Amino acid sequence: MASVTPALLAEIREKRYQRSRGASPHVALANLSLHIAPGEIVALVGPSGCGKTTFLNIVAGLDSEFDGQVRLAPRADGDPARVGYVFQEPRLLPWRTVYENVALVLPPHRADPLIADLLKAVGLADARDLYPPQLSVGMSRRVAIARAFAIEPDLLLMDEPFVSLDHDTVEQLRELLLKLWHARPTTVLFVTHDLREALALADRLVLLSASPAHVVGHVPVSLGRNHRPSGSEIELLRDEVLRQHRELIGGAPPMTPLEPPAIASPTARGQR
Amino acid sequence: MSVPSDAPRASSWLVGASLAQRIASVALLIVIWQVTADALHSRLLPSATAVLIAMVHMCADGSLPLNLGITLARVVAAFVVAMVVGTAIGIVMGRSRTLDVLFDSWLVLLLNLPALVIIVLAYVWFGLTEAAAIGAVAVNKIPAVAVTLREGARALDRNYADMAQSFRVGRWRTLRHVIMPQLYPYLFAAARSGLALVWKIVLIVELLGMSNGVGFEIQLYFQQFDVTRILAYTIAFVAVIQLIEWAIFQPLERRAARWRP
Repeated sequence: MASVTPALLAEIREKRYQRSRGASPHVALANLSLHIAPGEIVALVGPSGCGKTTFLNIVAGLDSEFDGQVRLAPRADGDPARVGYVFQEPRLLPWRTVYENVALVLPPHRADPLIADLLKAVGLADARDLYPPQLSVGMSRRVAIARAFAIEPDLLLMDEPFVSLDHDTVEQLRELLLKLWHARPTTVLFVTHDLREALALADRLVLLSASPAHVVGHVPVSLGRNHRPSGSEIELLRDEVLRQHRELIGGAPPMTPLEPPAIASPTARGQR
Repeated sequence: MSVPSDAPRASSWLVGASLAQRIASVALLIVIWQVTADALHSRLLPSATAVLIAMVHMCADGSLPLNLGITLARVVAAFVVAMVVGTAIGIVMGRSRTLDVLFDSWLVLLLNLPALVIIVLAYVWFGLTEAAAIGAVAVNKIPAVAVTLREGARALDRNYADMAQSFRVGRWRTLRHVIMPQLYPYLFAAARSGLALVWKIVLIVELLGMSNGVGFEIQLYFQQFDVTRILAYTIAFVAVIQLIEWAIFQPLERRAARWRP
């Protein structure tokens, strides 16, 4: 895997914020280094407020005031990589219909059939002419996901995609994402503070320390794309991760592990 | 007046009646006017029928539509200039702290400058020209538009702009589909009060320095104490402005707000 050009290469030496006038700057990220292979699904796990969203915004190109570099592998045709971003709140434009919200991110001439397909895939074919204020939270989230997939992203960023949803909706959305990834493979980087969620979806967990955030460990979840861990397997994996990374629960000072914990069979990785 | 028992029907009944009430209200005013005029029997307060007859005559000889058209053209020109320039200034000042600090005092000064002063100075400096007239009206309106749009620009949601940027929506499409819709309520507020102000100032500009238009005609009939024709022009113009409000502003505003639940 090391020989492949990474889909994303991020080396953040430092990212600091001036929170208010006169206050000393807050260091959000320090020596955060992350490489993601093409097609890999990576979950960024860390305590709340550790700078995960800051990191996603840097990767998305929304924040250029940092010390370090971010490189995205260009597309096969040489164009710059396309980044789809599912924000923590759906960020749909309330004055545009569901259809128009997705159409906004596409060139006008190729909008129609593609959007129809996507809305069907996320189960919103009947909602295409509704306005966002008419949608439930879960539906809005699905529109935001459809919008991110519409541009056929080379890298899909998701910020807490399941936060503030009820259990059933989370289940549905998780199934939906796995289905979409299967049909439209792409590299994914998603942020969560929920270990179970990360283990259920990702190929690899990247554990971040409390702020200033840096990587404290990698956890491969190597059961292969077609074999997602079951509920009981997730609990086992979760206990294992928590045992090795106490700071994830307590917020205690991070202890940098020497080796990533091998917690699942490494053989299955070859199936991809 | 009996109040129906269930609330939704009551409100829809009231809305339905409001147009009828409006007509009744206007009719009442006309009746009072007619009765008073008949009682006083003075040249200085012509009756409603006399004004209507004068209006018909002035339409027949073409003078009313012509002057109405000329004034309306000036209103539209001044209104468009004021909206475009005021919107641009407002957005820039709302987005840039430096420029806001630099020009805020200028804006306050302009806001407090009497319309008459601006008009007189425009005529003195630029002559009794069409451009000076329209420019003077626009300058009267620009600061109010700028202040309203500055509020709008300050309230723009950064999250939407970030979304557009991360999806590479493009500058023009972002401006048109992401930024402007957030400003529509402010634009409509500015346009509404703008039209009301602009047409009143256009009449003064015409009265002071133009040789045609409704303002000029009113001055002419003022010198002849012809109240009948003054009222005929007034009523015709008020009707036209109200028509613009109904036929253009309200449908546009409804369209822009159609997504609101």
